[in-house]
Amino acid sequence: MKLRNAFLAPTAMLMAITMLAPLAIIVVYSLLTRGAYGGVELPWTIENFTRLWDPVYGVIFLRSFWIAAVATALCLVLGFPLAMFIARSGSRKNLYLSLVILPFWTSFLIRTYAWMFLLRDTGIINSVLQALGIIREPLPLLYNDGAVILGLVYGFLPFMVLPLYATLERLDPSLLEAAADLGARPWRAFQGVTLPLCAPGIRAGAILVFVPCLGTYLTSDLLGGSKTVLIGNLVQNQFTASRDWPFGAALSLALMAIAMVLLFAARRKGEELL
Amino acid sequence: MPPEMVLELRRVSKDFASHKEVTRAVNDVSLEVPRGAFFSLLGPSGCGKTTILRMVAGFEAPTSGEVWLNAQRIDALPPYQRNVNTVFQSYALFPHLTVQGNIEFGLRRSASSDIDKRVREVLQQVRLEGKASRKPSELSGGERQRVALARAIVLQPDVLLLDEPLSALDPQLRKQVRSELRDLQRRVGVTFLFVTHDQEEALSMSDQIAVMNAGALEQVGTPQEIYARPRTRFVADFLGAMNWIDGIGVRPESINICPEGRKAVVTGVTYLGSFCHIAMNLEGGEAIQAQVAAGSTFAAGQSVCVTWNPEDEVRVS
Repeated sequence: MKLRNAFLAPTAMLMAITMLAPLAIIVVYSLLTRGAYGGVELPWTIENFTRLWDPVYGVIFLRSFWIAAVATALCLVLGFPLAMFIARSGSRKNLYLSLVILPFWTSFLIRTYAWMFLLRDTGIINSVLQALGIIREPLPLLYNDGAVILGLVYGFLPFMVLPLYATLERLDPSLLEAAADLGARPWRAFQGVTLPLCAPGIRAGAILVFVPCLGTYLTSDLLGGSKTVLIGNLVQNQFTASRDWPFGAALSLALMAIAMVLLFAARRKGEELL
Repeated sequence: MPPEMVLELRRVSKDFASHKEVTRAVNDVSLEVPRGAFFSLLGPSGCGKTTILRMVAGFEAPTSGEVWLNAQRIDALPPYQRNVNTVFQSYALFPHLTVQGNIEFGLRRSASSDIDKRVREVLQQVRLEGKASRKPSELSGGERQRVALARAIVLQPDVLLLDEPLSALDPQLRKQVRSELRDLQRRVGVTFLFVTHDQEEALSMSDQIAVMNAGALEQVGTPQEIYARPRTRFVADFLGAMNWIDGIGVRPESINICPEGRKAVVTGVTYLGSFCHIAMNLEGGEAIQAQVAAGSTFAAGQSVCVTWNPEDEVRVS
């Protein structure tokens, strides 16, 4: 065995055990019957997959798509200027980049709770606004789609900024000079040169944000309350309250299949994934 | 500004500040470029010639002084409002666009039928017919350079700025491109402001040369004037090898080895194909060089005499 393979072996085994094995278990579970108190039983069935076509779930899938798409679009719109600013800040690049990833130093759960403290009726924003006499009744900031999208954008913005930064940083500044030299105003230079040359970064960022947003359950659970049920929450419910493990497995496989299709659709001919 | 001049720099200076230290890149340069001329800015790297080009293009603003183009002051205008175009050292072709797309980029305001015609014409001028749908990555270095030229001249600029456009080509191609570029400039009639550090390039192509050193202008003149009558020691040395004998300059090719004259001892002979390079020490110790025909038989240690025609002497300030 080559030395290189010897070093690769632990990772390969870890991947096999922690990724392939659970995936196999989910596939098997999705083809079994639910047990009375959770768990799975024989006989084999494909009923869990036929149930997916129920319009109730279709609506939830579409809602999840919509929210993930809006969050991704907002991350792009907010992330692009930030990535551009960082790419052009010379010696301060590293400082700004570490500020972007600073939130990762605390748990996502705790940061989501922090948003609840900010947004709830007795939270900081409503209290301050009321104390200043700007509003009488608290604004409904928490437990709606807006709060979920806010939480997602906040949580996943770095995943958009980092790949955008990587492409912008490599962008040859003389190309922008050439655009101006050929008569392009800044906005046209941006549209005609910067944007198309950043397409790989935009695709990578969009995938890195969209896929986890699609499967989110924590953000929607905490910030969306009972009103915002997304695919992630649906899956979670099957394994907890509903005690329908086989259907939960089928749902998560469907989610995974959709994510894979999107990934391959986003890949351009001859280009690497991500 | 006289009408025969297309570009004028009036007492232009440029300071760059970094880490609390100010460097003067261009120091009080005044320059007039005649319409239709092939005008070269020649100097060693870091002498400020590219900074001058970038101030004319609009990528840098002068710290003081004025830039005039066609009797209009332009130093406060952004690059996209100046009727000058640049051929960048690295060409800066847009990698995501085809040759056609690159050339069309600056033609956006024209009618579409007109665009096609002009792109076809300019591709013909730079001999790139049939390459319109290629991407820059599919072209050779020489072809890329011609796309960069085509993209700029198609806009019919008042002045075309060229920033060492031959330095990215291999030496073989470079000599060929010199005459092509010169021919193109004559045919199109656009004023060229050509930045180079290669004195041979400047001498062989230019109508006029401005020699720069350390941010300042040393001398402006035709290639013949600059080479034969350099006004400063820097210009004399930069344009080719120069012997300094008793404070007077004599080029190696002007030194004759004769039976009579000043005594010297040969210290080395280098065969260079079409000629020989002879290194000598004059009596009194000064080291000089001469260039003689390849057939001559000199050897190190040999005593010789050297003379030169007083007309070939160069006196500098």
